Amino acid sequence: MKRYVTLSALAVLFLFPLVWSGWASLKEPSNYLEMARFGEGVGTYATNSVLVSVMTVAGTLVVSALGGYAFARFDFPGKNLLFLATLAILMVPYATILIPLYVLLGYLGLQNSLVGLALVFVMFQLPFALFMMRNAFEALPRELEEAALVDGCGTFRAFARILLHAVRPALITVGLFAFLASWNDFFAPLILLNDGASFTLPVAVVSMTQRTFGAIDYGMLQAGVMVMAVPCLVLFIVLQRHYVRGFMSGALRG
Amino acid sequence: MTMTLGRTGRAARTAPPARWRSRKVQGWLYASPTAVIVGVLFLAPLVLVVWMSLNRWPLLGQATFNAPANYAKIADNPLFLDAVLFTLKYTAITTVLLSAVALGLALLVQERRPGIGFFRTAFFLPGAVGFAAAALLFYGMLNNDFGPVDPMLQALGITSEPVKWIGTPDMALFSTITLVLWRFAGFNMLILLTGLQAIPVEVYEAARSDGANRWQIFTRITLPLLRPTLALMLILSVTGSLLAFDQFFVFTNGGPDNSTVSMVMVIYRDAFFRFDLGGAAALSVVLLAALVGLNALMMRRLR
Repeated sequence: MKRYVTLSALAVLFLFPLVWSGWASLKEPSNYLEMARFGEGVGTYATNSVLVSVMTVAGTLVVSALGGYAFARFDFPGKNLLFLATLAILMVPYATILIPLYVLLGYLGLQNSLVGLALVFVMFQLPFALFMMRNAFEALPRELEEAALVDGCGTFRAFARILLHAVRPALITVGLFAFLASWNDFFAPLILLNDGASFTLPVAVVSMTQRTFGAIDYGMLQAGVMVMAVPCLVLFIVLQRHYVRGFMSGALRG
Repeated sequence: MTMTLGRTGRAARTAPPARWRSRKVQGWLYASPTAVIVGVLFLAPLVLVVWMSLNRWPLLGQATFNAPANYAKIADNPLFLDAVLFTLKYTAITTVLLSAVALGLALLVQERRPGIGFFRTAFFLPGAVGFAAAALLFYGMLNNDFGPVDPMLQALGITSEPVKWIGTPDMALFSTITLVLWRFAGFNMLILLTGLQAIPVEVYEAARSDGANRWQIFTRITLPLLRPTLALMLILSVTGSLLAFDQFFVFTNGGPDNSTVSMVMVIYRDAFFRFDLGGAAALSVVLLAALVGLNALMMRRLR
């Protein structure tokens, strides 16, 4: 019983900020209307965020599913080197890689580009995603693939028709992590996007606080927090099981 | 092909050279998107950042080789040296508090009981909110005029006037750490739960039947067996704190009086406010080297 009192008190502490923010944003519903008109309009920023997240999730799934299959089922020269190089992404500070990426994406004609930003997010997701997908393909019985190959399928048909269905839980986990990271990230878009019209939500809403003129509209700010947070909260609660499982396999082996 | 016919059946079936070579090519094809992403967006920038650090590299305009000027001037960058000290202090306090809170939470929700799933979710939920959004949430919640915290503390008689939550260096650090604890405690709790659940129940039962009390069980069994998981959490917390940016950029904006400027913030300012990409690159390379060294050291000592 004492344990439940402690737990409940802690739960109140942890949930209070979220509840307060929702309440503060709704206290004057005009907060949302003002936010809709802020800067380029919240619609523009939300669209940018959705575009970047969709491209990141799709890109991460394609690259890591193909790569995971390669690492689980094929032997090729440089295999270990490529795997180590991918894991090394985890070791390098965000800032260290983003400063040159700012220059490099300029060379590639992807400066201030949502596509460029999504590609960078795919790169940051790759260590976790590739690791998850390789383990998922390794866990499949080899007979599954061999039966398809005997039936005359090429490896790609076996991959696309059969194996991909079998690793669906891992794909959901990888997609969820990719969405949360790309939707929420602040530092990469801050550095790589420099035109207000291409800002994603976090950069746009933070810029509300950094205006030199005029008072900060705190109600509108909390409306911005809610627009960013609610999709993540809903998605997390719905897909919690997948999140925790991905987390466990990552944490235990990492 | 004629060579394989002479071999024993088993070797011929598992590795016929023609098929084998084609599987090699296929493996490469499946791995090629990974190779392109890692090569172009990770390895190339890594080389570029070193090259940039050896050049005078303005945000706009021509780069000129000037090594080792970018490294030499780090010693004359008082903002960076202050930032190093501040970031180390922040890292030490955050890591200690975060480990303690996360361990406490993990022990509280460790056993499966009715309703425990709700509490686990409640503690983790802040972790689903983006860090920048969480910082903005606290920015409003701790505001003296708009936020609910001051009126509540005054109603409870804990304070008598509005608290300068981000108005003094110490309070700014305190408030930031509170924000970080709120946002990351559940995440670290989850890491520790994976470790706790890997401890076999029989070990606890054996200890209990030997007459060990709760404290003895905690210090003699739980902590030692949790060591690898604690090490992982420690490494993640130290690395994350040393690279802190969002919380200070969004929440305290480095203030008051540059008292909460982290190392990564200096890199950002050098690059995009002082337009000195070469200097920022040199700082980034130093940070990378320090972090790789530190991680290697921690892994050797802790594992």
